[in-house]
Amino acid sequence: MATRAMLRAFSKPTFPCRTSQYLSLASVSRSASTLVLAEHEAGSIRAPSVSAVVAANVLSKDNSISVLLGGSGPSLQEAATHAASCHPSVSQVLVADSDKFTHPLAEPWAKLVHLVQQRGDYSHIIAPSGSFGKNILPRAAALLDVSPITDVIEIAESDLFVRPIYAGNALCTVRYTGANPCMLTIRSTSFPVPPTLADSKSKEAPISQVDLSTFGEGNSRYINQTSQDTERPDLGNARIVITGGRGLKSAENFKMIEKLAEKLGAAVGATRAAVDAGFVPNDLQVGQTGKIVAPELYMAFGVSGAIQHLAGMRDSKVIVAVNKDADAPIFQVADYGLVGDLFEVIPELLEKVPERK
Amino acid sequence: MKIMVAVKRVVDYAVKIRVKPDKTGVETHNVKMSMNPFCEIALEEALRIKESGLASEVVAVSMGPAQCVDTLRTGLAMGADRGIHVEATGALYPLSVAKLLKALVEVENPGLLILGKQAIDDDCNQTGQMVAGLLGWPQGTFASKVVLDKENQVATVDREVDGGLETLSLDLPAVITTDLRLNQPRYATLPNIMKAKSKVIKKLTPQELKVEIRSDLEVVQVTEPPKRKAGVIVSSVDELIDKLKNEAHVI
Repeated sequence: MATRAMLRAFSKPTFPCRTSQYLSLASVSRSASTLVLAEHEAGSIRAPSVSAVVAANVLSKDNSISVLLGGSGPSLQEAATHAASCHPSVSQVLVADSDKFTHPLAEPWAKLVHLVQQRGDYSHIIAPSGSFGKNILPRAAALLDVSPITDVIEIAESDLFVRPIYAGNALCTVRYTGANPCMLTIRSTSFPVPPTLADSKSKEAPISQVDLSTFGEGNSRYINQTSQDTERPDLGNARIVITGGRGLKSAENFKMIEKLAEKLGAAVGATRAAVDAGFVPNDLQVGQTGKIVAPELYMAFGVSGAIQHLAGMRDSKVIVAVNKDADAPIFQVADYGLVGDLFEVIPELLEKVPERK
Repeated sequence: MKIMVAVKRVVDYAVKIRVKPDKTGVETHNVKMSMNPFCEIALEEALRIKESGLASEVVAVSMGPAQCVDTLRTGLAMGADRGIHVEATGALYPLSVAKLLKALVEVENPGLLILGKQAIDDDCNQTGQMVAGLLGWPQGTFASKVVLDKENQVATVDREVDGGLETLSLDLPAVITTDLRLNQPRYATLPNIMKAKSKVIKKLTPQELKVEIRSDLEVVQVTEPPKRKAGVIVSSVDELIDKLKNEAHVI
């Protein structure tokens, strides 16, 4: 380790913002430099990526945080500007401007992470554990010959992490003992972005371009994407989530869930059974293999509460369950349970719940 | 073309797991073990590709203790042609599994490697991406549809991503990891279970594959998640709304 620190101390620092770390060797071993892989959309950084910056801050107080963005065109530049001011602790934004990154393909992205790591020698690399991070980060970790850690929910020390295993039925504390970088995907609901952050535009980090002159061709191509256009809030970040299960019986009936969600300003979720039965598209699935949510209020209608579903919502602040089976396992995690026919309960709720503010 | 499928033996998905009192892990002794559900889907997909005439052979591989042979036997009963068991004791993390898979790929030269998107025990969701990276092959993760074009040597893969579905085209050879909605795995019939007994399972060791099993992760402890405090059963919609408004303050 000592040799490594020496080498780092004598190598020419690529990024000026990291020079402060070379002032004393003692601080080199304690401080962290983190690369955050960020996703952007319509000219701004997606909320889970800002959560990854929040997590980077938990790693170490004197962390030098670089945000890496890829893409092309004006929306990339807009997103870079947003990234530079999205969190006061961001010290640099790195932009990989190439049409190779227009769509987040794993092959060029993993190569990009490898390249940026070789130039920046980061102690940590973090991505949010959505489909973007889970697709790219392990591939990049293999190129760097290190073990990544998935879905971290707590950072105890800069090398000590807690993550759920067995569908959240056990929590595993792992220590990373390998070489740099330590690579993590973080569960964004565990690292909420403080609401005050939106107004603090005081500090702006420098933006620099990644030199891509050595970048080769890939062996995969993007064809297209079908996404659900919806007015409702994003499932991952919604304050209220209303979920329907098999008990809804049909796609037609599921519309009641959507109406209730609209009235409460909530996002709509579903169980695997509801997705498999074709009531709603797959990206609404909540659970071990779908989305993980932790809203203030989670209302489950006609959901039995299988282990795999609970894995996706058990950290919600308040859980409400409506089911006609009084023995349904969902009642064991519900703060408020109502045993009754959802076809009577939902219309009554629609009539009586207050309109969203 | 040959297809290689990686299968993992895990605690059955329906089992309510127990954390060991000494916090070293989860109790697996005398617990029902099965093939990881995502691996079943991976194997089913490989078998369907073979049945459509686009592949000649399906090889199932598994890494871990001696009992992995049971999981491979299940795979053979579903229809895999033969099995390879890399016997390794102790903790095997995805990086090691990916290196073992890479070594097997170099021996077997499959045109396609299919894995589940995640194992339901460690919930890592890493191995497929890592082996693809090591091999330099393109990856189609979280696949809900796979279409092979043998002539042009490409696979078109629909992926389940956060916002919906994404379609990619991958040059073969490629790595694909399966999502739940890719297919409905078949059950092994009794005659096929009998037939599977005579199929070959080759045994190898990490040493024979020249893979060093090391780990840069150390499990410090495994604990139970915090329990939620008991809830209440309300008797009417009015009471529910009242509680949410005045007690929980969430609406």
